[in-house]
Amino acid sequence: MASLASDAARLAPPARVSRDRAGTALSLGFVTTFLTIMVVLPIAALIAASGEDGWSGFWDAVTSPGAVAALKLTLGASLIVSLINAVLGTITAWVLVRDDFRGKALMNSIIDLPFALPTIVAGLTLLALYGPRSPIGIEIAYTRVSIVLALMFVTLPFVVRTVQPVLQELDVEMEQAAKSLGASEAKTFRRVILPNILPGILSGVALAFAKAVGEFGSLVIITGNLPYKTEVSSVYIFGRIESGDNVAAAATATVLLVISFAVLLSIGVIRHFATRHEHA
Amino acid sequence: MSIHVLNVSKSFGAFAALDDISLEVEGGSLTALLGPSGSGKSTLLRIIAGLETPDTGEIQISGRDATALKPQKRNVGFVFQHYAAFKHMTVRDNIAFGLKVRKRPRAEIRRRVDELLRLVQLEAFGRRYPAQLSGGQRQRMALARALAPEPQVLLLDEPFGALDARVRAELREWLRRLHDEVHVTTVFVTHDQEEAMEVADQIAVLNQGRLEQVGTPSDLYDEPATEFVMRFVGDANAVDGVLVRPHDVELLFEPADGAVEVMVERVTILGWEAKVELADGDGGPLVAKLTRERLDELELERGQIVWVLPSRERVFA
Amino acid sequence: MRRLSLRAVAIVYLLAILVGPLAIVFWRTFQDGLEPAWQALSNPDTVHAFKLTLIITAIAVPVNTVFGIVCGLAIVRRSFPGKGLLNAFIDLPLALSPVVVGLALFLLYGRDGWFGGWLDRHDIQFLFALPSMVVATIFVSLPFVAREVIPTLREIGDEQEQAAQTLGASGWQTFWRITLPSIRWAVIYGVILTTARCLGEYGAVAVVSGRLQGQTETATLRVQERYESFDLAGAYAISILLALIAILVLLAMTITRPREEPA
Repeated sequence: MASLASDAARLAPPARVSRDRAGTALSLGFVTTFLTIMVVLPIAALIAASGEDGWSGFWDAVTSPGAVAALKLTLGASLIVSLINAVLGTITAWVLVRDDFRGKALMNSIIDLPFALPTIVAGLTLLALYGPRSPIGIEIAYTRVSIVLALMFVTLPFVVRTVQPVLQELDVEMEQAAKSLGASEAKTFRRVILPNILPGILSGVALAFAKAVGEFGSLVIITGNLPYKTEVSSVYIFGRIESGDNVAAAATATVLLVISFAVLLSIGVIRHFATRHEHA
Repeated sequence: MSIHVLNVSKSFGAFAALDDISLEVEGGSLTALLGPSGSGKSTLLRIIAGLETPDTGEIQISGRDATALKPQKRNVGFVFQHYAAFKHMTVRDNIAFGLKVRKRPRAEIRRRVDELLRLVQLEAFGRRYPAQLSGGQRQRMALARALAPEPQVLLLDEPFGALDARVRAELREWLRRLHDEVHVTTVFVTHDQEEAMEVADQIAVLNQGRLEQVGTPSDLYDEPATEFVMRFVGDANAVDGVLVRPHDVELLFEPADGAVEVMVERVTILGWEAKVELADGDGGPLVAKLTRERLDELELERGQIVWVLPSRERVFA
Repeated sequence: MRRLSLRAVAIVYLLAILVGPLAIVFWRTFQDGLEPAWQALSNPDTVHAFKLTLIITAIAVPVNTVFGIVCGLAIVRRSFPGKGLLNAFIDLPLALSPVVVGLALFLLYGRDGWFGGWLDRHDIQFLFALPSMVVATIFVSLPFVAREVIPTLREIGDEQEQAAQTLGASGWQTFWRITLPSIRWAVIYGVILTTARCLGEYGAVAVVSGRLQGQTETATLRVQERYESFDLAGAYAISILLALIAILVLLAMTITRPREEPA
């Protein structure tokens, strides 16, 4: 994942651009054709399908009780998980960068497990520990808590990995200067460290939020997909597809699509904001 | 092997990097492109190499129009300020690259690489990687690499800029000796006038995209064509609307015709010469340089009033 | 004191969410020895599911690798309008729900879709068959190689390529001998991430494949199928194998992770 820190480092003067116009046309042609066929056209088809029954059809589908319940649940859970990540993810990144102990390298590698493990397997493993016949007596399967739990699994790496490089490149001398001027640990953190890692935290939170909103595989097993109780938007959409209700599915999917775009946009804004001090 | 630059101009957007430059580089010579940052010297060098194209004008190499040729076809060797070493290849492979690309037989490549390693005194480092070499060694490797395909022209872009002072001085000398041995037409870019004076047969002084003067080092020092050249190549004082070098002044204890009244501010000993800082009535600083002998003769003191008489001045319109 | 408590928080967090659950599954699966797990894995439909997963991955990874490299080179080394938009579309698969991806493909290639008619006329089975599963997997794993290559290319700069040009190398020679080797670790790391994503894909493939048992089930779909058939042991067995692969992937990631090199 390209980090915010490395973004700042790469504001160095760009290398010369190639003036080989044939080559530019060729590579650009390949890239745009590929992306159009693979990404743009499917998305366009989705948006078109959601409007098949006109604006009223779209609106009815999106405001139907099932869809609304699912969306509320999805957004609520995603928000909670994002906030949890902001705190725990930052603490984990802090420990990885500032602390030193045996097994730290192992801990650093484990963080990426959610990237490597299939989501359906993640759900199953959480069920094993926190589901019926739980060896530690915590049985939260088929409850709303299970949604938060599963989302915590899949979004765990995001804030950690965006904050880690920023913390690493943070100038230790800034903190030392603050302390030499009399600031306490807490003050130094609040006024010197936090403002500098905030963009990292925010972009990690945005990524986590996007992932959480769209998550499907890990939720399918452990939540039981009970409508109005533990059915998230992605599962709702899946259900609409299976019932052949394409318009309803497409409409709700378009809402999720808009949320995804909004998140991408906000990450771009955060990145620009973070590097504004580097601009002339 | 000669290079002719004919009326070359180049702009980057609104910024005019080069304005109607014409220059002749004799085959086998060592020419310096000298100037401050932003003067266009690197741009000119890159245009000669084919790494940039001019907006107008022509480049002729060995009598043939090379303007439309890509760098691959010009047979010029180029040495970059930051070495541009192929990090994933050994020193031998770096040097061999130009020959491998031309599909020369392996035995010939091996021979030539050995020859060049000896020439640049890196025989023991053939199997090392660039990261394991010092800056000076990397630049020598870069030179060997550029020379391997026997280019007609060798171009160096501030080749010693990234090195520390001592290494820079050593490599300067070394480049001069190399040129005496290899005799390939060489053009190098520098902002260091001392470097240009020491190494080059011919210096072209550039300022803000324009050619100020072309000549031998002594031409430039003794007969500067513009105020810029006089100030850039050597030092110059402005005395009463006239430019004069610190060495070319006389200090008198009485007013004289054409002499300016000044006060001695500071005397500094610089080894075998002495620097005397003076201030005229308007507060303009003047620097006079004298031999230690002369300084002892004069017995100058801070605050003393003397008169400065230019013995050799130049006026520019 | 604070240091220890922070460390404890992090360790407990990771144990509770990641390590604990995985450990339990390992324990449960091998509780009765290797035999039952082996039995479950040798089921012909399960074997087919793994084969399908591998075939899809074997197609999707090279495709996205080529795309990622070409795209990275175009974005970093060439100038053209709309780079921001291009970047946004490359990043989109990361932010999009897999079910939305599956649905979008379903609508585009379905009988009433824009491509549907053409496919029908030429009697090409796209949905509920391998082609749609490959395309879905390509979509969701699209960004990884590009996102590793782009910052690496930026950092390296193009001086080595300029040097190669002056030494007489053609465009193709420069690409093969200089550019590609200089980004090889970024590409490798991107390929590992892409592979992991392909192996683990569930949602998008679930939508487009129809989940036809023994035909269009991937390993991940098979896990769900076994669970729904109340064959918990079978689901666990497949999960363990996938988890072991994931751990290998983690290992590979740790070894090849791009390090910020000092200048």
